[in-house]
Amino acid sequence: MQRSASYSILFAAVVCLVCAVLVSVSAVSLKTRQDDNAFLDKQRNVLIAAGLAGEDEVLSREEIQERFGPIESVVVDLRSGEERSDVDPQTFDQRKATSDPQTSRAMPNNPAGIQRVPHQALVYRLVENGELGLLILPIEGKGLWSTLYGFIALDADLDTIRGITFYEHKETPGLGGEVDNPRWKALWLGRRAFGEGGEGAEPRIEVIRGQAGSPAEDPYRVDGLSGATMTSRGVGRLVRFWLGDEGFAPYLDTLRTGSRG
Amino acid sequence: MANPAREALLDPLFNNNPIALQVLGICSALAVTTKMDTAVVMSIAVISVLTLSNFFVSLIRNQIPTNIRIIIQLTIIASLVIVTDQILKAYVYEISKQLSVFVGLIITNCIIMGRAEAFAMQNPPALSIIDGLGNGLGYALILMMTAAIREVFGSGRFFGIPVLPVVSDGGWYTPNGLLVLSPGAFFIIGFFIWALRVWKPDQVEAE
Repeated sequence: MQRSASYSILFAAVVCLVCAVLVSVSAVSLKTRQDDNAFLDKQRNVLIAAGLAGEDEVLSREEIQERFGPIESVVVDLRSGEERSDVDPQTFDQRKATSDPQTSRAMPNNPAGIQRVPHQALVYRLVENGELGLLILPIEGKGLWSTLYGFIALDADLDTIRGITFYEHKETPGLGGEVDNPRWKALWLGRRAFGEGGEGAEPRIEVIRGQAGSPAEDPYRVDGLSGATMTSRGVGRLVRFWLGDEGFAPYLDTLRTGSRG
Repeated sequence: MANPAREALLDPLFNNNPIALQVLGICSALAVTTKMDTAVVMSIAVISVLTLSNFFVSLIRNQIPTNIRIIIQLTIIASLVIVTDQILKAYVYEISKQLSVFVGLIITNCIIMGRAEAFAMQNPPALSIIDGLGNGLGYALILMMTAAIREVFGSGRFFGIPVLPVVSDGGWYTPNGLLVLSPGAFFIIGFFIWALRVWKPDQVEAE
């Protein structure tokens, strides 16, 4: 029916107001639950990288928290390689830190396509009998379409790879999306990140086109994903970036000296 | 069929299916049907949004100024979709991660605006709810059938449980890769439309 213009405007305003209230109420009231889900999802991925949870395993909140028990969260200063006990890992938000110019630095051109690196990063340590069992480091970088976010787990020797997982990416399903494939991720197990060089060595691990040999005879190479050259290359580069000097290398050096001294 | 409520509920299943006859909502039907669990959650989301949007639009159908009716319908639909997305994120986080943008894209699903404009604007709220439910079920039916075929023959699984032992896990079945990609869904939906029109020849468009 035809109505006056003022009626239309008033009607639209009322509808908008009602809808806005509806949307706001639902967003605010569900916020804590959603944040909680995102937090648990991240913890679950740390567990997967550490090999403490199966890929498709359905875990309740309590199971995740229980298995997370022996894992310590530590905030690390990336440049000095020191642990920062004064920063609370519970409230530290690495993504926020990465985008804030106060707490991060711009990265000039690098193969991994990383724009900014935070001054501090959140790492996880699995402690067994008072000793470091596994070190779980956050990694991120460009694939083909998107930034991949994930974790890599290193053995106590800080060289052998014990697991890798990506919890967020938007690569092509079936091609680059296969970074989620458990069988591909399993190919990383037992490979070596640095090799013999020891302290100060450049990370050597790479993702190649085609097939690599077994971890024992071909320790520095991982099979590429077929049909996903760009994603595979991106994953190799981002792993090397985060294990390198701009990434966690200073912290790894600190840990090596600590365990020796 | 004399009963309008019965007609509104059952007609969209086969006689007037929104996907198979009207060929609406194809985009999301291609995207979320690689697995049964995403298809089920998407179906529930669409059924709820469609039913509620039909109800609210019908409730204020006599007050909506004609010249801004489409915007009003979209505002209502968009709000319902955002609320649905929030609820999914809070209660089925894993699946909402997989559905990603497609829940948000329910806003642009032609079925929902189509029903608001074609049905809810002319009919009372109770009947509109039934119409929304019926069309939602019609959409869900095609989604489930497509997803069942795609998941079983594309990845050898049904609701994530292996039913055909695939070669990569040491079985005998080589998954059909085409079915996992979107074009696979196009073929399947095409075959459904064909089968439906052989069964009910009155659905064939006049030459």
